[in-house]
Formats: sequence, structure tokens, C-alpha cells
Amino acid sequence: MPLISSFLILIMLIAALAALFFDNLLNSIIAAGLVSLIASVLFYFLKAPDVAMTEAAIGAGLTTAIFVLALYKTERGKSE
Amino acid sequence: MKFRNFLALIIVAVFAFIIFQAFTIVPAAGEITINKFGQADLSNRTASRYINKNVNSDSKKVIYKESSNLESGSANIVTSVVANYRSFDTLGEITVLFLAAAGIAIVLNLEKSEKSRFAAKEASLILNTGIKIIFPLLLLAGAYIFIHGHLSPGGGFQGGAVIATAFLLKMLADYKFEIKEKSITLVESAAGIVFVGLGLYGLITRGSFLENFLATGTVGELFSGGTIAVIYTAIAFKVGAELTNIVKSLIEA
Repeated sequence: MPLISSFLILIMLIAALAALFFDNLLNSIIAAGLVSLIASVLFYFLKAPDVAMTEAAIGAGLTTAIFVLALYKTERGKSE
Repeated sequence: MKFRNFLALIIVAVFAFIIFQAFTIVPAAGEITINKFGQADLSNRTASRYINKNVNSDSKKVIYKESSNLESGSANIVTSVVANYRSFDTLGEITVLFLAAAGIAIVLNLEKSEKSRFAAKEASLILNTGIKIIFPLLLLAGAYIFIHGHLSPGGGFQGGAVIATAFLLKMLADYKFEIKEKSITLVESAAGIVFVGLGLYGLITRGSFLENFLATGTVGELFSGGTIAVIYTAIAFKVGAELTNIVKSLIEA
């Protein structure tokens, strides 16, 4: 289990850095959603299933969708 | 409109009077005494009472499907805190969420832009058909999560978020699918009224706001935990309506 956790944390760190350094904002949003998804898996490993469900439903699902919709409204992703 | 303002003033005045009266109640013998400000004996209050005991009973062992008439009666310890011991905090949380949804709707409706809806006019066949199949299943999953909030992980917030996700997918796939503003408002305010009404009924019958006034039943059964399941259902409908409203105003503004 520690091996899987370390692997997931490594992917999470890479995704978080990628979210910072991507030029395209849409890619950044997807990377931030990946961070939330892995965080929810880690919460489940830490025996907090309630938090894991909230993180998966709101952090990975709804927040990503709301960011994409806001990006579409501002249209920054298209002009660059 | 004038009459409504007058009515609101009267209701607020009555509640203010009740709240003011609550501070001057002289407690009967055996009840928890409320000391004056600065003189409270904290060692006999929340800290020692709630931290130094099992959530489900005072000291006895709790056996799944056998122990009955416990103080909280919820098999899920998180739920017993969120929807029973600290349900007033939860009322504040869903109010914060309501204010966020209202703020987003107000900001997005400030200027009526001519931008088109986010969803494509003709979504692809795979998206359309897939969401037709997955939409009722997602609603069912959300309902399962919030109805079993006192038995298994999850609850009102998670179930409401899943339901909102189902409506988001439906709005993305189906160009003609529209939820009426009025129905969202109706569901949201009805759920809020149920929540506050349960709290007021507890205040009238048991003496404190949102007190669990129903029988708690046997741990692990669906009808257990008293008002927890009812409160979580109200929370789920309120959260689902609020999150759906955020998504809807973002898609349609």
C-alpha cells in the first residue's frame, strides 16, 4: 500500500506542476481535475470515505466542469 | 409588496423576541445550566461530554443491528456529527452555498450577452445515447447515497453533488433540455423550510434547536437515527438544487 500511495502522490505532484506550467488553460484544468481525483483515492486509503466521495464528486467532477464553462465564457483559451 | 414587507418585519420581530427570551430562561433542576458570560464552567460542557464518550452511547458497547435507542443511532460517525450534534453548522454551510449560487447567478445575469449556449446544437450520438442511459442511474446513485447517509459513507452533500452532475451531463448532451428556474427555487426553498422546520419543532418539543425528536431505532437499519435521515434528505435536495443552479446559470448565461 505505501508503494501505491507514493506512486499516486508522485503522479499528483507531476499533475499539479503541469497545471501550473501548461500554456493551454484547458490542459491546466484537466490536470487540476487529476489532482483532485488522486486526492480522493488517497483519502479513501486514509479511511476517510466521506471526504473521498465529496472530493470525487465536487473536486474532480463539478469544479472541473465549472472551470471549463468559465473558460468558455471568457474565451481566453480560444484567442491564444 | 408593502404587505409582504410588513409581514416579514413582524416575523423577524417575533423571532427576535423568542431568541431574546431564550437567553433569560431559568433552567429547571437537572438540566444543563447556562451561566452568564464569562462564568461558564467549560469542563461540564461540550468538551468533556462529547469528547470523552462514544458517539452512539455513553459507555456501553454498541453492536450492529442489535443496540437500539441510542443517543444518536447513526452507524456512520461522521453523519451523527454533521446531521445531529452539529447540524446548526450544517445549516450555516448550506446557507453559504446558497449565497455562492445566488452570487454567481446575479453576476452572470448583470449583462445579457448574446453568446450561445455551451452545449452543441447536435451532440454526438454516443454522448446523447450514453447520457440517456446514465442519467437515471446517476439520479438513483445520488438518492442511494443520501438515503443511506446514516448507514454508509456519504450523505446529503455527496448525494446532492452526484444529482447535480447528472443534470450537468443532461444539459450538455441535450440542447433542448431545460430546467425551469421556478422548479429549482421551489425545491431549494422547500428543502430549506423542512430543515428549519425540523429545527423549530425540536426547539418547541425538546428545548433546543435541531434536537433529535424521533425515536433512534436500532443501529444499522434504514429507519434509524431519528431526524438524521430527514435532515440529510433535505440537505441533499438543497445542495443538489443549488449546484444545479450554478451549472445552469453558467451554461445558459
